[in-house]
Amino acid sequence: MNNNGTILSVNDLKTYFQTEDGVVKAVDGITFTLAKGETLGIVGESGSGKSVTNLSVMRLIPEPPGKIVGGDIIFDGTDVRALSIDEVRKIRGKRIAMIFQDPMTSLNPFLKISTQLMEVTQLHLGHTKQQAYEHAIKMLETVGIPDAKSRVDGYPHEFSGGMRQRVMIAMALSCDPELLIADEPTTALDVTIQAQILELIKDLRERMGTSVILITHDLGVVAGMTDKIIVMYAGKVFEQAPTKELFERPANPYTKGLLKSVPDPAHEQGEPLYQIPGLPPDVAHLPPGCPFAERCDRAEDICRSEYPPFVEINENHHSLCHFAKEVYDGN
Amino acid sequence: MLSFILRRLLLIIPMALLVVTVTWGLIRIAPGNFYISERALPEAVERNIREKYGLDRPWYVQYGKMMWNIVRGDFGNSLKYRGQPVNEIIRRHFPYSATIGILAYLLALLVGLTTGIIAALKQNSPFDYGSMAVSMLGLSVPNFVLGPLLVLVFALWLFWLPPARWGGISSLILPVITLSAIYIAYLARLTRAGMLEVMRSDYIRTARAKGLDEKTVLLKHGLRGGIIPVVSFTGPALASLLAGTVVVEKVFAIPGLGNIFIQSVLNRDEPLILGIVAFLSILVMVFNLLVDISYGFLDPRIRYD
Amino acid sequence: MSNNETLKGTSLWKDAWKRLLKNKLAVFGLVVIVLMVIAVTIGPAIIRMTTGYTADYVPTDIGEGELVASFPPSMAHPMGTDELGRDMLARVLQGGRISLMVGIISTLVSLIVGVSWGAIAGYMGGRVDNIMMRIVDIIYAIPYILVVIVLLSVFGGPNTPEWIQWLSSKFGGAGNQGLNQIFLLFFALGLVSWLTMARVVRGQILSLKNQEFVLAAKATGVSTPAIIFRHLVPNALGPVIVYATLTVPSVMLTEAFLSFLGIGVQAPYASWGSLASDGIQNIAVFPWQLIFPGVTMALTLFSLNFLGDGLRDALDPQTRKF
Repeated sequence: MNNNGTILSVNDLKTYFQTEDGVVKAVDGITFTLAKGETLGIVGESGSGKSVTNLSVMRLIPEPPGKIVGGDIIFDGTDVRALSIDEVRKIRGKRIAMIFQDPMTSLNPFLKISTQLMEVTQLHLGHTKQQAYEHAIKMLETVGIPDAKSRVDGYPHEFSGGMRQRVMIAMALSCDPELLIADEPTTALDVTIQAQILELIKDLRERMGTSVILITHDLGVVAGMTDKIIVMYAGKVFEQAPTKELFERPANPYTKGLLKSVPDPAHEQGEPLYQIPGLPPDVAHLPPGCPFAERCDRAEDICRSEYPPFVEINENHHSLCHFAKEVYDGN
Repeated sequence: MLSFILRRLLLIIPMALLVVTVTWGLIRIAPGNFYISERALPEAVERNIREKYGLDRPWYVQYGKMMWNIVRGDFGNSLKYRGQPVNEIIRRHFPYSATIGILAYLLALLVGLTTGIIAALKQNSPFDYGSMAVSMLGLSVPNFVLGPLLVLVFALWLFWLPPARWGGISSLILPVITLSAIYIAYLARLTRAGMLEVMRSDYIRTARAKGLDEKTVLLKHGLRGGIIPVVSFTGPALASLLAGTVVVEKVFAIPGLGNIFIQSVLNRDEPLILGIVAFLSILVMVFNLLVDISYGFLDPRIRYD
Repeated sequence: MSNNETLKGTSLWKDAWKRLLKNKLAVFGLVVIVLMVIAVTIGPAIIRMTTGYTADYVPTDIGEGELVASFPPSMAHPMGTDELGRDMLARVLQGGRISLMVGIISTLVSLIVGVSWGAIAGYMGGRVDNIMMRIVDIIYAIPYILVVIVLLSVFGGPNTPEWIQWLSSKFGGAGNQGLNQIFLLFFALGLVSWLTMARVVRGQILSLKNQEFVLAAKATGVSTPAIIFRHLVPNALGPVIVYATLTVPSVMLTEAFLSFLGIGVQAPYASWGSLASDGIQNIAVFPWQLIFPGVTMALTLFSLNFLGDGLRDALDPQTRKF
């Protein structure tokens, strides 16, 4: 699926939040690249910085209290950080589109679906009302909403959760964007609906050739969807690898823990599901050593005192751990 | 929708009668009577008065007779303003109160909403802090102090405006400003809080992610949800305008209903009190109904059945 | 990021206090109120000791040929004098005692009635709730001036309940009819200000009563009044404190309004409201007689409002409703 050219490259991105409790380094030095047509999965617990990374790409960080304090975000050759807010707006919704976690709250409850769909193409594609209306119906049909012609004039509360997420996807894909960022698109949905929405994203990606960033806390979701995966923890990249390799030979104890805690139907009954002990750390007050040391089952003294190195396992596989190679080989 | 309105309208009548009943009970609980002034009356005179007004009958007969008349829309004659029907007094004096009340609320909507929206947009800016401090001041200065101060400055020192009395548009300016000050302040704070709440919501983030500019995000996506608290405040606000007009009417010598009401309470003018209380409670309930109906237009999630 | 909040749950009040101290306007309000309380408590005594003026000292030595006794502010009278020549500063401080007591006592009364009413209605639910809240609606529709006047006349004069007489005797001469009337006014104001509090508390209780700790209390046989007042009410304390703080300025404003109408505090006693409304008579010639009591009162209310606002933000950082 890989083809020529990079659509997005993020280099040493740092986004900090000023809180009463001190500076929260929500994203602290993230680097990755995304090729055209590729799908990247970003995995992590809540508060790990995965959403902040992508809001930073869209320049949607509420400022104050947040601020992008360092790094580059290069989208198709342009430095997004250097653009004026008006220029960023021309990218938002047109070339980079986003789907959010909770379809119940992400659609405006006071406006008709048609209004919310039409305003995107009227703004970016210069559609007339008539064109935009027809396009809206077409998009709803594309995402599989039955009876789109009559439902287009409904309000969000008249749609079920899964249907609303379809509407969100229709809205996001209205202008045929080059990059789609899906921030936990299935977390708020029923399990059966989850599979349908993922299938829809996968199908549309293949048809439209869109690059996708899929953010989730659930490794099971990214398994069949992505080309490569970034595992984030406490604002840092903990591991970065092609999907297949990450699942087969993780090089980080945190990733191993996450993999173990994915429910497996083949799992023997009666055996309790693995859980990573403890809670994610307070990002405002990180310890000097590895932020995961407190919860890690193979932590040694060095983990608590020294910040771990970002070890290169191979060209495409990196891991933030003192014992990356050992973990990698241990499999 | 129609049946909802009809049901609510029908409910207003028994509610108003209940309010009248409680009010009547309150007046009757209080010792003394309207005809007792400083000096004691000769016994024969008092007996005559009691007979004339039916006060010698048992209380339930008096109550029943009064309610029967009220149900037919007849509140009787004022005791103080001899021979004047209560309905006539209300009809004559209410327009004054209504004029300044409505103008004041419109002014408050205009200034309060604008200020609140700008303050929310420029959160933590000098304008935000400044307008919120001024509005807090507006909530803290009693209007019977504000009114005379405005008169002092604009009428007695600068001679720009007439100090009091009814006549012409210029005589309306100071009363309307005095009355609206507290509502401007309240609405500005309410709008700001409502807008800030909405502007943090997920769908505003969606709107921004679409590439809409801040003005469209605010006016098309934010405003509707942001002003809902303002709409719910309108019912109680219009109700409390009465208490506000009392002061303004007194300070500016306007012959409105508020002053008449205070006088009637002080005089124990029972028919007039009951008439005004019934009139006002119906007014308040109608306004509350209008507020509820307007929710339906603002928020498509609300359905009446 | 937010996980530490659950761990620090026990120090909720300490956190709220810390947040309050970070709010400059709320701290300003708190300082002004504390200073104001100190001033009205010890101020009159200090003025009497240093200058000999009291709130009701009418000077007899007004100079020959002076037609009026109203003097503008000067070194001797920082706030000027009223039309009888009494020192306005002493009067404003003395009046502040009554105004602040209105704020405190009336709010306490409204707190007791409103919290009990709302908590019982919310906890009982069903028909009891319905009847209790309809009563609130009806009282809401009756102009409070009427209720205050009726309460004042029903319980006024010889009918003043003994405990009110006892309470007022603690603050002044026993058997003082004027003071009794003022204490009666405090209670009357409290009795017309509890309606919103009842609604606030009811809403809180409704959302709390189905939680596990209530079920646990029920299961262990705790009596209904104990569940309501020992388990539910303390958990609804945040909004109650916030609303109570905002009730204080509102009852003070109502008292001032009643004094302006001539139904509130009566001479020889004075409150900021009655002083200001006296000052209105002479506004064109002796503006200081309105301005000083008016500004003092506005400053106090301003501070109370800011403190209430700050408390709301501190106790309830998520929902910053107006």
